[in-house]
Amino acid sequence: MSAILGNASAAAVRDSPGLWALAWRRLLQDRVGMVCLVIVAAYLAMMVASYTGLVAGDWSRERGVSYANPSFLAGEVNLEAKALEQRKAAAKAPPVDLSDVDPLAPRYKEWAERAAKIAVHEVKRSQTLPFGGDKWGRDVLLKTVKGSEVSIFVGLSSALLATLIGTVLGALAGYWGGRVNDLLEWFYNIFTSIPYILLILAFAAVATATGKFGKGIVPIVLVLSLTGWTGIYRLMRAEYIKHCNREYVKAAQAIGASNTSRMFHHILPNVSHVALVQLSQYTVGFIKAEVILSFLGFGVPVDMVSWGTMLAEAQNELVIGKWWQLVAAGASMAVLVTAFSLLTDSLRDALDPKLR
Amino acid sequence: MSAENLLLRVRDLDVRFRVDRKSEPFRAVKGISFDIPPHSTVALVGESGSGKSVTAMSILGLLPENAIVEPRSEVVYGGRDVLKAPLAAMQEIRGKEISVIFQEPMTSLNPVFTVGDQIGEVLRLHMGMGARQAQARALELLAEVGIPDPRLRVNSYPHEMSGGQQQRVMIAMAIACEPKLLIADEPTTALDVTIQKQILDLMAGLQQRHHMSVLFITHDLGVVGEIADRVVVMQDGEIREQGPVREIFEKPKDPYTKALLACRPRLDRRPRRLPVIDDFIRGEGAAGTAERTRGTSAADPIILEVRNLDKTFFLKEGLFGRRAIPAVKDVSFRLPKGKTLGLVGESGSGKTTVGLTLMRLHEATGGEVLFEGRDLLRLSEKEMMAYRRRIQIVFQNPYASLNPRFTIGQILVEPMRIHGIGSDGRERTEMALHLLRRVGLPEASFHKYPHEFSGGQRQRIAIARCLTMKPDVLICDESVSALDVSVQAQVLNLLQDLQDEYGLSYIFISHDLAVVKYVSDRVMVMNEGRIVEMADSDEIYHNPREEYTRRLIAAIPRGLQRARETQP
Repeated sequence: MSAILGNASAAAVRDSPGLWALAWRRLLQDRVGMVCLVIVAAYLAMMVASYTGLVAGDWSRERGVSYANPSFLAGEVNLEAKALEQRKAAAKAPPVDLSDVDPLAPRYKEWAERAAKIAVHEVKRSQTLPFGGDKWGRDVLLKTVKGSEVSIFVGLSSALLATLIGTVLGALAGYWGGRVNDLLEWFYNIFTSIPYILLILAFAAVATATGKFGKGIVPIVLVLSLTGWTGIYRLMRAEYIKHCNREYVKAAQAIGASNTSRMFHHILPNVSHVALVQLSQYTVGFIKAEVILSFLGFGVPVDMVSWGTMLAEAQNELVIGKWWQLVAAGASMAVLVTAFSLLTDSLRDALDPKLR
Repeated sequence: MSAENLLLRVRDLDVRFRVDRKSEPFRAVKGISFDIPPHSTVALVGESGSGKSVTAMSILGLLPENAIVEPRSEVVYGGRDVLKAPLAAMQEIRGKEISVIFQEPMTSLNPVFTVGDQIGEVLRLHMGMGARQAQARALELLAEVGIPDPRLRVNSYPHEMSGGQQQRVMIAMAIACEPKLLIADEPTTALDVTIQKQILDLMAGLQQRHHMSVLFITHDLGVVGEIADRVVVMQDGEIREQGPVREIFEKPKDPYTKALLACRPRLDRRPRRLPVIDDFIRGEGAAGTAERTRGTSAADPIILEVRNLDKTFFLKEGLFGRRAIPAVKDVSFRLPKGKTLGLVGESGSGKTTVGLTLMRLHEATGGEVLFEGRDLLRLSEKEMMAYRRRIQIVFQNPYASLNPRFTIGQILVEPMRIHGIGSDGRERTEMALHLLRRVGLPEASFHKYPHEFSGGQRQRIAIARCLTMKPDVLICDESVSALDVSVQAQVLNLLQDLQDEYGLSYIFISHDLAVVKYVSDRVMVMNEGRIVEMADSDEIYHNPREEYTRRLIAAIPRGLQRARETQP
């Protein structure tokens, strides 16, 4: 092809940005959008790094005293740690002398000598950690990094799945209309007639009780996406109804393009910006939903950490004044969600559907 | 005329638009000057992008946020510069002394208020009338703009009225406060030709009765001759020529004006090719004087025959009911090979439905479409595929009929791939490039996207897409209606060349009778889904037999003929 076109075409290729290239250029001009994009990219990088074990691989090591103070609050009294110390010290103090009644008394000394020969390594627990420690003295900062892995993964993958389901069903209903539309609308109405939280909880309860949806974070991804497809379904259905009557689709029919080709090859690229914006909104929504579910105890299993489980732990800690776990999880989530929402706005602006 | 006697004086109007932060602002109007004397109609004529609407918006002070008006620009109305007047002063003038009518009456009227309320609101706001008084005046105004039964219609909602009546209501609102200047921005472009005629007559009459001035903005020089006293011709933000209407029509000086006058098809002549603007710019205005003969004879071989075609649409009504809306009733015609059948009618006459039903883009409810003896309507979807490529369609709106996400190459290659034309990608690319050259586009277009092309270029691409399938019949559904007259001439020339070269048969659907007269061998007039009259094109224009046809032909704008003079 290039041989036929020669140099003229090479120039033409450069001069002719497609819609996505144009959108990218507009996004580059948007300062807020770019900052948000960088933040979101950093979070994603953090998630990948944590998954591959590059960072926070040993997040579960108990490296500080219980509820270790953040380093910037080193001077504060840590009552919890002190109480623990005291309990330990009390255990170490010489027991009350019962040698006259204790038949084993003469052997204690011998045992103590033998025990002294075995090197017991007392773990040196630090008094402070960069952003404090949790109940077991784990580093909250590392825990937050590790928690991002589950939270972002759950948010992204369930948003992707929900968008996929919603788009396909919406395309079918909008394109075919008639009976197909009636059936899907009926299905949709049933889904939306049940209160959302109740629906999620019901699904989650079934998923955790039967274990049929798999283990780990698979059930929660399925629960979120199977309950969340309805919004995008409606949007895509409306878009498809609108586009079906556009002349370019009629023109495609006139040249003999098949139904599948018209649905996905012709119309889908023209409505994909709607799906994309919706996808990023869903991601934000599902990150928050995962937090709520974990908080309620229907979320990720106990041996994993997510921002949601951190917040769930934090509710007990707050009473004793240990606020850092709440702040770490809350702040990292807030930054990501805000950046993602602003990025969504910028994306919508960049992908301005006013097609020229 | 001295400056004091002028109603409006525009001097060095220069408007630019900021597009984005990086690029240079786009200069839409490049320092134009013209005057509007009292009690006269000034027409501002230009093709799309000439800056005529921006000029009107500047006079009204309704420019968008991103507009930059040069400080030396002046629009003087009543002794003060409108461009520098404070907002409150402008609101006082707008609607009361300067009022405006837009192109789309449907979107300019508020759908949730009755027309009486909307006219009354203007009166209460600007004239300080009470509710009762305003209602009475609204009735008078509706009667004046020719709404039948004004006492009844004053309580109607906009959607209960036809397009022409809505435009009449808009005019009633605009003249409610006895404005000194009425700005009409393409007021008849969205209307049928017979309604256009009525509205033009109405506006001409009102202008006389109310002693106001009208700034009439249009792309159609034909309309201008009927209504204007002075004409200002604009191109690319500059004034090419201005003067009294008779001078512009009879002794145009600027090549652009000459071209605009010449490139519109005329009823009395049929040159082989229409002159286009480039001919005049190069100074070859007289090119193509040879006449083309059009017409059919009984001996012509027939490629497509339609018998008793019926199409009824069904609307859902209530839970189970449905209402039948017949769109095409008992339509029969024959299309001779290599000839053009023109299909004219007003909106809602069913002419587009005929085209779509022929291609089975709509399923017909009855009748036969015989293509080389086979009834297309009885074929299965699979059998139809072979015929699908042989009948093709070019749609009206070049901005909607090309998929914005496809490159021109993809658009052209796809039909060839579907129908197995050309053996591989390379051969198809070569054919696509050949067709691009044939329709007059550079080869570099292959990798571009539709949004990089103008309306006329896009219509060429749409034509090229049809040609990839080597069709025998091409349906042109209002294919040139959305284009500027100069571009329209180019596309019509292209269509004629292609017919000469490939022996294509056309079904040419249009509401523009002059264009249909020019390109057609045979003309079919439709009204309310039925054929009113069918004859060879010269025959039908010179001796129309039916009353309806006569009315349509009488409504065609005829250049210099005055609207006021033809009024009874």
